[in-house]
Amino acid sequence: MKMIAQIISWISLVVLMVPSVLFLAGKMISLDQVKWVMLLATILWFVTAPIWMWKESK
Amino acid sequence: MTQQSQVEQNQEQVIGEFERQPVPQNALLGFKSFIGMYAGEHCAGTELMIGPLFIAAGVSAFDVVVGLLVGNALAVLSWMLLCAPIATRSRLTLYYQLEKICGRNLVTLYNLANGVMFCFLAGAMITVSATAVGVWFDFPMPGLNDLYPNSVGWVLAVGVVGGLITVVAASGYRMVAKFANIAAPWMVLVFLAFGLIGLKQFITATNADIQSVSDIWTLAKTQIWKGGDPLPGQIKFTFWHIMFFAWFCNMAMHIGMSDLSVIRFAKKSWYAVASAAGMYVGHFMAWLCASILYAYQLHLDPSQTDVLPGPMAFRAAGLAGILCVIVAGWTTANPTIYRAGLAFQAIMPNRSRFAVTLITGIIATISGMFPAIAMKLLGFVALYGLILMPMGAVIFVDFWLIKKFGLQSSYAEVSKTSFNWAAFLAWVMPVSVCVWLFKAGILDIYFVSLPGWFLAAILYILISMIYQKKIRPQINHKQES
Repeated sequence: MKMIAQIISWISLVVLMVPSVLFLAGKMISLDQVKWVMLLATILWFVTAPIWMWKESK
Repeated sequence: MTQQSQVEQNQEQVIGEFERQPVPQNALLGFKSFIGMYAGEHCAGTELMIGPLFIAAGVSAFDVVVGLLVGNALAVLSWMLLCAPIATRSRLTLYYQLEKICGRNLVTLYNLANGVMFCFLAGAMITVSATAVGVWFDFPMPGLNDLYPNSVGWVLAVGVVGGLITVVAASGYRMVAKFANIAAPWMVLVFLAFGLIGLKQFITATNADIQSVSDIWTLAKTQIWKGGDPLPGQIKFTFWHIMFFAWFCNMAMHIGMSDLSVIRFAKKSWYAVASAAGMYVGHFMAWLCASILYAYQLHLDPSQTDVLPGPMAFRAAGLAGILCVIVAGWTTANPTIYRAGLAFQAIMPNRSRFAVTLITGIIATISGMFPAIAMKLLGFVALYGLILMPMGAVIFVDFWLIKKFGLQSSYAEVSKTSFNWAAFLAWVMPVSVCVWLFKAGILDIYFVSLPGWFLAAILYILISMIYQKKIRPQINHKQES
């Protein structure tokens, strides 16, 4: 469970960054789409990261 | 500008044991802990103010990029060469080290100064978070040159945000500290996204043809950091201003030796190089990215000079951006209020920590309602470093030099005095001289701390020569016997 959460949270950070990189590169993505994907990645990060980071930081 | 971290949590857990003794070998921490701590600590809500204020000060691209590269390198060297060698040799907290030199009463006075500065800094962080509220509620927000609250809505927004932060800080900040650790990697990447999105918006708005890095540099020089006159009410920033600001904005921590309390946990002195993670992530990447957002706002409407992180972040990254502003302000204001509370509690030990932190938070919240501190953050940060810096010079001299002059180190401990007048004068006189130099227009506030450090060091030696005379014979006698 912890491992899965860790993988998903790292993926969410990649997803957080990819839209802004694609937006900069002009690869068919609008700013609105960037904002929505970033929000989704943010939710994903804050749902999954505490599962493994909360305990680790004890 | 600080965030709770792994190192500080470990320190918190063991502080009861090591508050008044050197950290033992088995409690030392590895290099990785310090990388995480510094990277998180220096990527805070206030970075969203500082970057835009550089633009308002009319910086050019070369000055800001090279100035930050050099200034941050000097800051890292200050941690490595001034603070860390003492921290890893004595392994004492700043306060205990100071108490040995200055005496308990003078340390109390230092705590008061530290607490007041922390309070105002927390106020600026609350201001940053409160700008996010303005995105949803339509009330007038403060402008670049506003000193006083300009609307009831603004006062309410700061009151609510500051109130929440205060209650959490007073209840104990461990949970927020853990949350801050979790938020840190996400926050760093959102800052980076601000820059990438802002850059693309500039490219589109100016129809720039970007084929190479050199084209990006041309865009940066001609559209983003254009140089020229500063905005009305701001002072012009050159390469030197940027370099000194980057070097001295954490002066209280490195040259001022606040980080003795943290780096004393490092196995090796060179671990202080980890501060580069904080400098080049927070004080390079984050400042540049935040300044791009503000430059784009000015590009769209040159009359829109308000530095409001909330709306700027919302324009670039939507709700994720707004969350970043709130989280960055909250997670950094929280430990700052807590630390200010601890500093004040040392002065009033009979009061409960909850009550002291609550009062501290209320003062910080009221100060956050006045946009003067946030809008003049560059000057405030320089003043903060200046006020606490001389005690760093006193510690440096006491640790490395004072015995070479035939004087006694840890004078207060040896002479059993609670107030070392030599240290007090070496603190107050350089600050007074520096403030006079600034007020008289001889040196900018950003530069005065450099001569101020040397002045403090020289004064401490000279005044100690006179001050210690009355006890030196006793000490010499004790050492001989």
